[in-house]
Amino acid sequence: MRNTIRQVFHSSNFLIGFIIFVFLLLTVLIYPLIIRYDSLQIIGQGTFFPPGLYVNTYDSINANTIYVLNLDDAATKRISDKLSNTDRLAIEDWLVTYGIPETEIDVNDTVNLLELWENNYDPKLSFPGMTYAKRQYYQRLNNSLSGLLATEGVSIATLNPDSGALEETGTVNQSDYVNVGEVANVRLLPLGTDNFGRDVLTELVKATGVSLQIGLIAGLIATLIGLTLGLLGGYIGGFIDDVIMFFTNIFTVIPSFVLLILISFSIGQEHRGANTIAVVIGFTAWYWTTRAVRAQVISLRNRDHVNLSKLSGHSIFHIIINDILPYIASYVVMAFILQISTAILQEASLSILGLGPRTTEVPTLGLMMNWSLIYQAELLGKWWAYLPVIVVIALITFSMNLMNTGLDQVFNPALRD
Amino acid sequence: MKGYRRYFLNKAMWFAITFLCAFLLNFILPRLMPGDPVAGIVAHIAQGQSASAGVQAIYQQYTELFHTNEPLINQFLYYIRNVFRGDFGFSFSQYPRSVVSVVSSSIWWTIALQFPAIILGWLIGNTLGALAAYIKKGFDKVLMPISIFVSNFPAFGMAVILLVIFGVSLKWFPTSGGYGYDMIPHFSLDFIWSVIVHYQLPFWSIVLIAIGGQAIGMRSMAIYELNADYVKYARFMGIKDRKIIGYVFRNAMLPQVTGLALSIGTMVGGALIAEIIFSYPGLGYTMLHGVMGQDYPLISYTTLIITLMVLVAMFAIDIIYGFIDPRVKAAQTE
Repeated sequence: MRNTIRQVFHSSNFLIGFIIFVFLLLTVLIYPLIIRYDSLQIIGQGTFFPPGLYVNTYDSINANTIYVLNLDDAATKRISDKLSNTDRLAIEDWLVTYGIPETEIDVNDTVNLLELWENNYDPKLSFPGMTYAKRQYYQRLNNSLSGLLATEGVSIATLNPDSGALEETGTVNQSDYVNVGEVANVRLLPLGTDNFGRDVLTELVKATGVSLQIGLIAGLIATLIGLTLGLLGGYIGGFIDDVIMFFTNIFTVIPSFVLLILISFSIGQEHRGANTIAVVIGFTAWYWTTRAVRAQVISLRNRDHVNLSKLSGHSIFHIIINDILPYIASYVVMAFILQISTAILQEASLSILGLGPRTTEVPTLGLMMNWSLIYQAELLGKWWAYLPVIVVIALITFSMNLMNTGLDQVFNPALRD
Repeated sequence: MKGYRRYFLNKAMWFAITFLCAFLLNFILPRLMPGDPVAGIVAHIAQGQSASAGVQAIYQQYTELFHTNEPLINQFLYYIRNVFRGDFGFSFSQYPRSVVSVVSSSIWWTIALQFPAIILGWLIGNTLGALAAYIKKGFDKVLMPISIFVSNFPAFGMAVILLVIFGVSLKWFPTSGGYGYDMIPHFSLDFIWSVIVHYQLPFWSIVLIAIGGQAIGMRSMAIYELNADYVKYARFMGIKDRKIIGYVFRNAMLPQVTGLALSIGTMVGGALIAEIIFSYPGLGYTMLHGVMGQDYPLISYTTLIITLMVLVAMFAIDIIYGFIDPRVKAAQTE
């Protein structure tokens, strides 16, 4: 036994798969201990906030210590943030159409360009051939440019509730900085927020855990049913075998995905918990384990050691446990791993169809995929809503199949190179 | 030939029994759903109706139309009657269209998309797998990890990534639909071109997934066969390499044909999801609408059609298998 395990861990395929899987499992277990946010809490007002560090503006202005840093490139950065290259070219376009000779315009000379713009731009002016959208664009651009070159700070004013007048309480200079560590409210959203304004990373970790749990439950059920039926059918044979094979054949031919759809649909949205879905997946996936186990048991049934055991008067139960199970154990483990990864994929497919677990309790990887597809994250370019989910699902199934390939190479010497 | 006929009849009977079971399941399962499907439709139709008597009348009318208030056995008789009339009853969500007319507009899209894709993926996958087993070295080292990774990639993940890369970023292909949204299906060069362009992304996303799994299976079968005693014996006899390889791949191919039969059910499931992601007007998309509209006649009929398609495909493969595998014939004539 110990030798087998050592051999298994010598296989590089198995080892890589195992490491990926353990990494995912540890993340799922440890992350909630450190970061205790509720995975389904809606924090963002709006959809799909991009990933990043979110710093509270109110707290930054009211920070205890304001640091003054004189950085040379601060002004340049500030301007280029507001005035992109496309904007510069658009300004040039406008000025040329207006009648300024092209030689006088230098798009890289910000001061000059803005001066020309401020002197000549008139929002009421409309050129023939310019679309309404384009005119609007220039008006927006003009608004955002006003005061761009100013060097003085901004006043902070509060409303006096008695008089209704604004009273200046302070100023923010262009060279003022706060230390992020000293701002009271900072929230890191490494993967942004989803369509409901929920923290994607926290949700993803929780969803991975739930999906693994679904896979485990479904895999256990499928493997247990498959193993029991396969052992019974293969070892006892006769009428029992005929009945078992009848049902196995039917389940093999009817697409299991169709069965899954029908059953999940008939359960109804309110009654579909994550565990219910797992049980349903388990009950539709046992058939191929049964077939494979049965085939192996039939080939084992007439081996000498089994016959010897029969002659010694051992019970059927004893023979199955001691003389047959050890020979098919490695295969059953591999089938179990495959069942888990298929179940996770099945859950995801069901959820995309809108037949996954009900949406109010826990997230699953499939549900996250479903939500991002409904809100068209893939068309809007909000990669953080769908890509991490796909990557995690791929990593889970990839790691499991690598482990399986590794096990296969250890137990089937013919496959070794 | 007599043996083959027995094999054929045996298979045909099996598929008939399975289809009967599928048919019964298709009827019973959706009707076990809790809640009243008619209530939902009535609420939708009677929007803005304030008189409860009017709503009640609409409800009454629909209940009688769909026979949802009668015992299950009567519903079953109505179902059988509808089946023989050939219209499978009304669709709940798209009343007054019959289920058959809803599905018949989408089924050809699915057939034209899925079967060529699955067959092509199977062919390419097997060729690559066989090459990997034969050439080994660099080719195998590169192909195998890629195949394992791709075949483990969820079908919808592949679809989304292709969509984002080729549809959204590069804008080579349109992102959704079976043809341009500004077009009405008709026979013209424009329309056919639009269909071809819309066909690419869903097609290749299914092909890519199929390639990986088949390549892995073929590779291990071919390696197993290449190490078999008859190959060594043939080498000692001095038979040419090319001839041996011919034998090897014919033998390795046989389990792959069964593999295709077994995996067609799964592949169709994955392809349905691809249809949903690309809003392709096939059965998967119809089914999504059925789920959203709680339309169980529609769901029951689409699932039945999918089952039938898969059964026919598997039956065809089994029949072909009987022709190419001499052992099947031998077993039957014994």
